[in-house]
Amino acid sequence: MSDTIRVYDLAHCRAGDKGNTSNVSVIAYEETDWAFLRDTLTEEVVMAAYAHIAEGPVTRHEVPKLKALNFVIEKALGGGVTISLAQDIHGKSLSNVMLAIELPATGRNAPPK
Amino acid sequence: MDQRRKTIRIGCGAGQSDDRVPPAVDLARDGKLDYLVFECLAERTIGRETLSKLHDPEKGYAPSLHERLRAVLPICHAANTRIVSNRGAANPIAGARAMQREARDLGLGNIPCAVVLGDDVAEVVRARPDLEILETGEPLESILPDLVSANAYLGADVVAEALGTGAPVVLTGRVADPSLFLAPMLHEFGWSYDDLGKLSVGTITGHLLECSSSVTGGCFAWPGRKAVPDLARLGYPIAEVSEDGAVKVTKTPGSGGRIDVMTCTEQLLYEMHDPSAYITPDCVLDITDVDLVDEAPDWVSVSGARAKPRTPTYKVVVGHTDGYIGEGEVSFGGIDAVARAEMAAAAVRERLEMQGRVFEDYRVDLIGMSSLHGVPDTRPEPYEVRLRVAARAKDRKAAEAVGFEVRSMHMHGPGGAGGGKGPMVREVLAVKSLLLPRELVNPQVVMEAGI
Repeated sequence: MSDTIRVYDLAHCRAGDKGNTSNVSVIAYEETDWAFLRDTLTEEVVMAAYAHIAEGPVTRHEVPKLKALNFVIEKALGGGVTISLAQDIHGKSLSNVMLAIELPATGRNAPPK
Repeated sequence: MDQRRKTIRIGCGAGQSDDRVPPAVDLARDGKLDYLVFECLAERTIGRETLSKLHDPEKGYAPSLHERLRAVLPICHAANTRIVSNRGAANPIAGARAMQREARDLGLGNIPCAVVLGDDVAEVVRARPDLEILETGEPLESILPDLVSANAYLGADVVAEALGTGAPVVLTGRVADPSLFLAPMLHEFGWSYDDLGKLSVGTITGHLLECSSSVTGGCFAWPGRKAVPDLARLGYPIAEVSEDGAVKVTKTPGSGGRIDVMTCTEQLLYEMHDPSAYITPDCVLDITDVDLVDEAPDWVSVSGARAKPRTPTYKVVVGHTDGYIGEGEVSFGGIDAVARAEMAAAAVRERLEMQGRVFEDYRVDLIGMSSLHGVPDTRPEPYEVRLRVAARAKDRKAAEAVGFEVRSMHMHGPGGAGGGKGPMVREVLAVKSLLLPRELVNPQVVMEAGI
């Protein structure tokens, strides 16, 4: 057993854009992992993962009914779709930065198989 | 006129201006639809089309209208499926006439069109230079000289009024995406703006459908992790809505893709910030208590949405010119590919500086390594890499120089630079947002009866 686990192993994600702000949803496959993600995938952890891309700040919203967290990452899109010099002007690929975040696996109760 | 129905079926046949047409044909043919909605306006589309209209008063609608309507009009005409679309863009009247010409060419005779106007508020905002730009906090005055367009996101009320004319086709300019879908429900079921529960139903349904295949397996499939059957034949979504506010979403029968709680959850949170306060012109939607349930394969029920009353303002998107973006690309492979690309990037920068070029923003990407997610501390070097330089300048010549200098790396750069492409330059049409009090906007319906 590894002592870290990736967001990818626990959840699926999608990125959306509004102006210069990206939102990245994190949707747990399992109820128990939603609680684990809520405890470990904090605004600070996410800001650190995006620090070389976005200025921030990062705000987290919880939607327990949907087993989801929604991260709003400000100043993330090179000024916004219309003026950005990026190839991925919408930041559609930014969900993959979230999926690659590694979390300490201690404290996670693996769901029953 | 329509018979009063207890349940209606609404399909989404486009989630962007250039969306794929074949799934829309399948949807129109096999979806048993009462309404087919085409959502076709990105934030900057209206600005671009406002410029087209300046050049030619018969233009200014989303140009892909022709191909899309040619493909679906005969089917919708035969099936009594009404079409609702914001593809009128900056000139919905011209869009309506173009649609009617297509219909006559197709032998469908005269098709009346109800046109929604009033989203164009350019003159209103020009007279109010002290309006605050939401993104920058500066007054509108700072961009007024470069203003191209200003359009309010209208709501479902005026679109429902347009449906009330009985016209088979309703064309609009800027209308909020979910409102295009709420409108048929308001029209059919007589839901009022006092009934917040019903507004929430229509708005969440619209939000689920507005990006076409993004809720049926698009933006979703992942090898070995998230299986999507028959990705190549992704179908478009359909909502079945009852008068009492019950909603199920599904997709074109027999199409590829999947629609279930997982795909719906991704789409629901797409472009959402605070899930308890998603602001549309119709209401402030709260999805925090929503229940999505897989009722059957490719059938999801949606319940538990709530809403607060609409805000006293319309959101306005202002388009303005903002200089030029120039870019160029060239590739490096094999030994020291990254080091050679970096050497080329440095030489390009130095040459542009030697020419005295001034840029507002300048970006170097190593495609294959750092173009999507920047450069964290550790990342393995790829076998090959493509250098891309992009810059924004007030001066068109400066923007042109970027691509020129990158391409010249073929002959004047490090060893073995290949595959440069011609310099690319485009004029920037930037957008900003404002809030405008409702009383300053005058949404209205005009009939384009045809001849």
